Amino acid sequence: MRAPLITLERRTDLSLGRRAGILALAVVAGLLFGALLIWLTGYDPVKAYTAIFGGSFGGGYALSQMLAASIPLATIALGTAVAFRVRIWNIGGEGQFYMGAFAATGVELAGAAGRWPGLLLIPAMIASGFVMGALWAAFPGWLRAYFGVNEIITTLMLNYVAILWVNYLVYGPWKDPAGHNFPFSPRFPGSATFPRLWEGQLHAGLFVPILAAIVFVFVLSRTQWGYELRVIGENPTAAHYAGINIRRNIMLAMLVSGGMAGIAGMVQVSGVVHVLSGQISTNYGYTAIIVAWLGQLHPMAILVVSMLFGALVNGGFAVSQVGIPQALGFLLQGIILFFVLGMGDLLSRYRVVVGRREPLVASTPPEAAPSMTA
Amino acid sequence: MDSGDGFPLSVTTDHPAVSMVGIDKHFPEVAANQGVNFSARWGEVHALLGENGAGKSTLMSILAGLYKPDAGQIAIDGQLVELHSPGDAIQHGIGMVYQHYKLVPSQTVAENLLLGLKDSPFRLDKRRVASDIRTLSERYHLRVDPERPIWQLSVGEQQRVEILKALQRGARILILDEPTAVLTPQESDELMSTIRQIASEGRTVIFISHKLEEVRGVADRVTVLRGGKVVGAGLDMAGMSTRDLARLMIGSEVATEVRPSRHSSHDVALRLDGVSAIDDRDLPALRSINLELTAGEILGVAGVAGNGQRELAQVVAGLRRPTAGRLELAGKDVTGAGARHMALAGVAHIPEDRLGEGLVGNLPLQDNALLKSYYKAPIASGPFLRLAAALEFTRGLIQRFGIAGATPRSTTRLLSGGQLQRFVLAREMASNPRAVVAVHPTRGLDVAAAAAVHNWLLSSRDDGCAILLISEDLDEVLQLSDRVAVMYEGQIVAVLKSGEADRERIGLMMVGSSSSKVPSPAAVGEG
Repeated sequence: MRAPLITLERRTDLSLGRRAGILALAVVAGLLFGALLIWLTGYDPVKAYTAIFGGSFGGGYALSQMLAASIPLATIALGTAVAFRVRIWNIGGEGQFYMGAFAATGVELAGAAGRWPGLLLIPAMIASGFVMGALWAAFPGWLRAYFGVNEIITTLMLNYVAILWVNYLVYGPWKDPAGHNFPFSPRFPGSATFPRLWEGQLHAGLFVPILAAIVFVFVLSRTQWGYELRVIGENPTAAHYAGINIRRNIMLAMLVSGGMAGIAGMVQVSGVVHVLSGQISTNYGYTAIIVAWLGQLHPMAILVVSMLFGALVNGGFAVSQVGIPQALGFLLQGIILFFVLGMGDLLSRYRVVVGRREPLVASTPPEAAPSMTA
Repeated sequence: MDSGDGFPLSVTTDHPAVSMVGIDKHFPEVAANQGVNFSARWGEVHALLGENGAGKSTLMSILAGLYKPDAGQIAIDGQLVELHSPGDAIQHGIGMVYQHYKLVPSQTVAENLLLGLKDSPFRLDKRRVASDIRTLSERYHLRVDPERPIWQLSVGEQQRVEILKALQRGARILILDEPTAVLTPQESDELMSTIRQIASEGRTVIFISHKLEEVRGVADRVTVLRGGKVVGAGLDMAGMSTRDLARLMIGSEVATEVRPSRHSSHDVALRLDGVSAIDDRDLPALRSINLELTAGEILGVAGVAGNGQRELAQVVAGLRRPTAGRLELAGKDVTGAGARHMALAGVAHIPEDRLGEGLVGNLPLQDNALLKSYYKAPIASGPFLRLAAALEFTRGLIQRFGIAGATPRSTTRLLSGGQLQRFVLAREMASNPRAVVAVHPTRGLDVAAAAAVHNWLLSSRDDGCAILLISEDLDEVLQLSDRVAVMYEGQIVAVLKSGEADRERIGLMMVGSSSSKVPSPAAVGEG
């Protein structure tokens, strides 16, 4: 039997260094391919890349914007990772984010009317964001755990419900009477917003994902629940064998997962936007899925990857300031993602083998003599 | 041989229909076929006999183009062929009906058969298919309604559709993988006459089975596989007694002397009272099992794989709920208790698939050590884990069971099969269990590792543990057991004391021969 000249072989094991190397290779390849496209459309790739890197890493303002953009991504992705660890594909981060923002705004409206101090109002908003996001995820989690309903469909569909619900509120009952008819809620008072840090949009909500990641690491390595998460994630059959209650874990993971997305929604309205609107997210919930996946569901890796994505988001805006269409910036994001996910994943699972390997068939004559050897 | 209605057979020759030489096929950890030679003639029904896991399905999947062999050659009608895909095999007139049918449930019989038409890729010739189905089903008595969707058909009807599909694609060599496993006795009889008729036209039928009696009724010749090797090639069915075949299939090495238990108590540790259960396909797997295990004995379960042993182990380990009956542990009713409950009540479980079920390959040994103890003191402390205690516990397991070269941080899947099995034993033993379910505890192990496992089983028996040993290796069962229970089709057909457990008699019972035709434990004698 002929063997082709170039074949892909399954890799069995890969060191951490190799993994990082492959990731870097994929990013470089994506950048090169992106440069080709920019050049083909008649713009200067060097200028474009300078703008992108400058927009995310060039100076305090750029760094601060980059970090601000990574906060919602990291927070949602940490929650998504908890669900993915028990092999529940929660695609509903976007909706849970909006529901968290909605609940926090509800509390803010009540609190602002009652002139609550910030020390009471902010924690109440965080708690309400968590609870609302958790509830929004608990329903599909319950359907999945007890009736086997596909959670990918239910969580995705609930995203639309959540976004439309928020839109209804800001076009209707919660519209700011002094807002010139824009679909925004009234502006949050100082007692309902996170203090700004450094320059630009960076705010105290930065500590939310950092704290969450530390807690996540501790839970994974030091608690019974974390142990169960690891076992279920790596081998559900062994989890069943060990008598781990998988339904309970699905419910718990969905509550935490939705709760984190809800907190992210609260942090975004309270830290950056300061109003509720139908545009508080630029697909953070979906991008967070990729962040969680690229971070291989490890909390610390997720923090790093979310900064990378924060940089990509910012870079997209930055190119438009040097006369290059912003669409090209977003195109670049897509290309880099494609290379990292496609090529990086392929190379970390397969090895490219060039050249022939020994043939499969020995050269014995085709006859089978009946024999009895027992 | 042209039958004149659009399903001609190319002229059959004196060449063997199929000739496979020196077939090797390795899967990770298993050599499924080793140097297998197989040959079948035109116009015969050739049975491929062997226990589950003997390599029958693998060999035939190679012939059907599903697997590539690691080595070996295949000739069809004297012509050397290369089968890179099932499509290639169909081109050469090879059709296989798998155990799991490959039909589209939402489509009708006719639509499913359309898939097989290769000469009109863009035109859906429904009329032609309908007439094909009529012709074929009349000729072979394969009654099906072409307009019914597959999901409405019984399993037996679906099987007929699969056979029709193979014939319509021009199969000259038809392979049937355990076709009677899902059929009622009447359906089986009909299938047998269909098979005879297909062969009488000059086609070759290869019939995979582990049931001796049905093979006797239909096959002209038989090839027997054991442990991936041929132990009887192309034997004439007429000249073989059931006894000979059973011996070939199960092996005939002399068992070593049994070492009687040193434990003297006769408290019942585990009792199954009329326990029934269904398997993953919702078919009855256990039928009213009665069994008693006393402390300090090994009860071996002998049987051809697939007769309910797996489900029996799962019921005792709390992984499968019985549908009827009662399960008692040391006098307490534990019917329907889950795996966690059974573990806490003192049942240890050495699972069949150590890396797939008993361990988490990607996690370090320390995490695997905790699988049955992370929720108990001293490892658990409130919701937290005490890592120092976990480390100490893991080190203890590694040391006590002499797992050379392993540390608590070793990645589990990188250990050898023998090391893994020792580790599973060590972990399961750590809780001082009252009863142990051991399923194929030495499968895939080398002699030294197997001996270590045997010694461990014997010494924990002497310490008063009740051990339910399930193994496909009859020698192992005879060598270790104080009593032997024979399982056939989900029932215990006999329980014998080790002294009376004559391997020939057990072998016949295992394949459902004569004495067990009317299963009646009392008649077969309980020693």
